[in-house]
Order: sequence, then C-alpha cells, then structure tokens
Amino acid sequence: MGFYTTSTPRRIAAIALLAVLVGLPWMLQAIDQSFYVSLASRMLIFALAATSLNLVIGFGGMVSFGHAAYFGIGAYCVAILAEGGIVSAAYAWPVAIAVAALLALFIGILSLRTRGVYFIMITLAFAQMVFYLVVSLKTWGGDDGLSLGHRSSFGAFDLKDDTTFYFVVLALLAFVLMALDRVAHSRFGRVIQSIRENETRMEALGYPVFSYKLVCFVIGGALAGLAGALLVNQTGLASPNLLHWMQSGTLMVMIVIGGVGSVMGGVVGAVLLMSCEEAFVEISPHWQIGLGLVLLAVVLWAPLGIAGLVGWGRERE
Amino acid sequence: MTQLILEQALNGLQFGLMLFLLAAGLTLVFGIMDMINLAHGSLYMAGAYLTAAATQASGSFMVGIATAMLATAVLGALVEVTLLRRLYARNHLAQVLATFALILIANEVVRMIWGAQPVLLNTPEELAGPVRIGGFLYPAYRLLIIAVGALVAGLLYLLVSRTRVGMWVRAGASNREMTEALGINVRLLFTAVFAAGAALCALAGAMLGPLLAVQVGMGESILILAFVVIVIGGIGSIRGALVGSLLVGLVDTLGRAALPSLLRTFLSSEIASNLGPALASVLIYVLMASILVWRPEGLFPARS
Repeated sequence: MGFYTTSTPRRIAAIALLAVLVGLPWMLQAIDQSFYVSLASRMLIFALAATSLNLVIGFGGMVSFGHAAYFGIGAYCVAILAEGGIVSAAYAWPVAIAVAALLALFIGILSLRTRGVYFIMITLAFAQMVFYLVVSLKTWGGDDGLSLGHRSSFGAFDLKDDTTFYFVVLALLAFVLMALDRVAHSRFGRVIQSIRENETRMEALGYPVFSYKLVCFVIGGALAGLAGALLVNQTGLASPNLLHWMQSGTLMVMIVIGGVGSVMGGVVGAVLLMSCEEAFVEISPHWQIGLGLVLLAVVLWAPLGIAGLVGWGRERE
Repeated sequence: MTQLILEQALNGLQFGLMLFLLAAGLTLVFGIMDMINLAHGSLYMAGAYLTAAATQASGSFMVGIATAMLATAVLGALVEVTLLRRLYARNHLAQVLATFALILIANEVVRMIWGAQPVLLNTPEELAGPVRIGGFLYPAYRLLIIAVGALVAGLLYLLVSRTRVGMWVRAGASNREMTEALGINVRLLFTAVFAAGAALCALAGAMLGPLLAVQVGMGESILILAFVVIVIGGIGSIRGALVGSLLVGLVDTLGRAALPSLLRTFLSSEIASNLGPALASVLIYVLMASILVWRPEGLFPARS
C-alpha cells in the first residue's frame, strides 16, 4: 500500500470502528455488563502503548526491546507526583510524558550507535537498569510497587467515573492514531520509513539519519509514557511488573500479532491479545500455552500479522 | 576484610563459570545461525526440573544430572529440528517472538507437570558441609561447582580451539556460506551444537538448582545475564563468552558485597543502604552499556 492511498472504504471502516467504541459503554450497560468498561479502557491503554512501540519498530525499523521502561516510568511519575500531592492530570500527565521522553532521548543517543542484535540487547540492558533501580528503591515501594491513592483530576471531567475515564482514554488514543496516520504520510514519515528500508542509501542522499531515528525513538518513548500515566490511573498501582522485560516482550507480541508498520497494528494486536487472554483464562488455568501456540502460528504463517492478512499492512518486502 | 573479599571472589567465580555454561551454547547459536534464542533459559529450567525428578527417582544426584543432560540434549535437538530451523532465515523480530512464545509454552508445561510451587533439589549429603581453604571455611558444594565449571570450560575450550569439529564450529560462526561451500554440513553441525548447548544448560541448571530455587521463571532471570555476557564478549566467540562470564560473575557478586559498605564511607548510612543494592544490581548493565558504547561489537568479535 503506497503513500496517500487512504481509500474511502478504509475511512468508512475507521469511522464505523470509532462509532462502535464510542457507543460501547451504553451497549455494555444495555446488556448489564458495565464491568467490562474498565477492561475496555485497559485494552485501549495497551493499544496506545503498543502503537507507540509500533512507531519505533514498525515505522522506524529500530527493534527496541526496552519499551517497558518508558511505559513504566510514565506510570511511576504519576504515582510519585500523587504521593507528593500533585494529582492534577494537567501537570502529572505532561510530566510523565516529558520524563519518558527524556529517558528515551538519553537511551536513544547511546543505543542508536549500535546496530542489529546489539541494538536489541543494549535497549534491553537500559530497561533492566531502570527496572532494578526502581525495584531496589524502598522509597518507591520496591517490589510492591507504588499505589495511587486516587485518580488524577482533570478539570470538569470526573475521572473516578469509569465511563468518563474510558472516553478520555478513547479520545487520546483516537488523537494519537490520527496523528500517526498523518505523520506516516508526512515528509518525516516518508524519510523514517525509507531509513527503515535502506539506511545506507538515505545516509548517502544526505539525510541526517541519526537525528531522524532519534526523534522517532523519543516520540515513541513519550507516547509510551502517556500510556503508562493512563494505566496507573486505571489500575491504581504503579507496579515494577510494568518495567519488566516480559512487558517489553508482550508489547512486541501485540504489534506482531496486529501488524508491524501498520497504523492500526498496535490496536488490533492489543485488543486481540487481551481478548485471547480473557477468553483462555475462562477455559483453562494453563491459558499461556494457547497464547504461545497462537503466537507461534502468527510468526510462522502470518508474518505481517492480522493487518497483513486483511490487507491493511505495508507491502511485503 | 580480605577473607570476605576472597570468599566473595570465589562466589563470583562460581557464578561466572555457571553463566559460561549457558553463554557458551547461546553464543554459538547466535554466532553460527544469527539466531536470537530467548528459549535458551527454558532449557536451563528443564535441566533443573529433570535433575530434581531423576534424582528423586534414582536416589543419586550423579545419575540425576546425567539423565537430565541427556534428556535436555534430546529435547533441544527436537526443538531445533522441528521449529528453530524455520526461523534462521527470518529477521530478529520474528526470532525474538517465536522463542518468546516457546518460553510461555515451556513455563506452562512445567507448571502443568510439577505445579507452581518450587521443587526441592537438595545438595548431596556428602557435599553439604564446609571445607577449610586457607584461613576460612567454604561450602564444599560451591567448591565442586567451581571445579566442574572450570573443567567443562577447559574441555570446551580445547574442543573448540584444538579439534576438527571445533574448527568447523569456528568456521561456521565466522562465515556460514563459505563453510557450507567447503562441504561441511552446517545444518547437521548446528543441530549437534544446539544439543550440546542444551546439555550444558542442563548441567548449569542442575548444579545451581540446590543453591537457587528450582521454579518456573528461573530461566528468564539468568537468560538476560547470559545475553549480557555474550554481548560483552562478542557474539559467536567462546573466548569472549568465558571472559564475559567471569567479568559479569565477579562484578555482580563483588558489587553486591562491597558497594553498600563502600558507599557508607562517604554517604550517610541511610542513603547508602538504600542506594547500595540499587547500584549493585545495575552494575553489570552499566558495564555492558559502556563496553558497547566503547566497542559496539563486544570485546572479541567473531566476525572481524
């Protein structure tokens, strides 16, 4: 699928999906399952986190194995600020985004000097440093994590209400997806995707490859920070698990299931994976076997993910 | 004080040698087939569980280890032939994910067979006591680990650097296509390397089992360390894996022992006791990051 081919069917599909998501709380209320609103918020937050990783891996071609660091740091920022009495989302969320972005800037500057496997491993190493630092600092709860007394306040909106919170998350995710779609088709997006395809050629053409990659990496980190800030509000706990490398792996799994380098890939993957989890948990306590097998099947037989199967993804290389 | 440092250095050596058993297989898999295998830690876990089961069944730790090594080697070869082979030509992202899926499956299978509770693997009775070396007492079992680790590391080094098979392995790691063109069956060679690596994993799992807990998830924590080792050492290099293992083992163990008291000399004890463990646990990652920034291909790159 080339540039600027956003077709009418795709646009209609996107609008229909948005309409369904906006109507979801009322539908759930109608069938008396309002409990699922909170699960839906959680899915959309993970969709946002996966989308931010998709920007880095799918569009930028940088296989980062430490994305949980930015996700978790965003969550911890909000919890730490709340501990200090700052509960306004207008302060806490931008701080979470900024801290995650700064962390990504620092890690990116050092890591982007390496290539391939070494890049995967050095991003993992930095994420592990963040994980162990946070776990061993007793002031931030250590192994137990840091609980958030009450949700961030957001002007006129009452975020304590699950439905309102869901709409805030949905609005942020929709905004990010629209922005990502625009960026993917912008000059910046074309350059970064060309770097993914052939870095040497772009370097020879005179593009500042390093800076482009760094900017992409930092934006990905910042968005993950936002997702973390939202997640801690949803769960009420900034847990070290959010920083664990298995979390980075799970986010990767999401975008591979959904579709690497497809705008909707992160959303599709996050929703599918988490629905599978919910469904498998019902069936058997050993649901992770099912998850592993599904994942193996996707990697072996559907390398472009679900988005690739239905033709949303980028063309095969 | 010197005694304490000496004892911790021995512990570091012991840990480093066990890491080497894991890293040796991992680095060759990585070097020859350019394949990231996250499931390497699962083989280690399988080795520990199988040792526990076989030891209980036979009543002898030695029989347990031998059985576990053999069974894990067969298991590794099976996984290689049926699944991993399909992934060599794919990109790293696909390999990371497929082997991540293997971790999920392996953990769950172990949980189904042995349950979620840690399994007991005791130190063999004759080795449970301490021995006196120089001026202090040191656990006999840990000393045995050092001896076994050093022996295996030495044998492996001789095998890789002095024999014909070792030459094939090194040739495969530095240039696979050329080695194939010279008539070496790299595929078969690789299955053998993978099985041998799995057996070494099982040995490490068996030896460390009585010291650490035999439980689900034990593979993941040590896997990351093994990756740190091979990235520091240079992917595909046995010598690099050995140097990297000892470096990581010593830095980690000595850091944990010495940093808190070192910090206490110039910081208040409250801050030091908070900061010390934090710094100690990130020390090896700092080491790895600084080595990579300094030499982006590790200390002894196999493909130079």
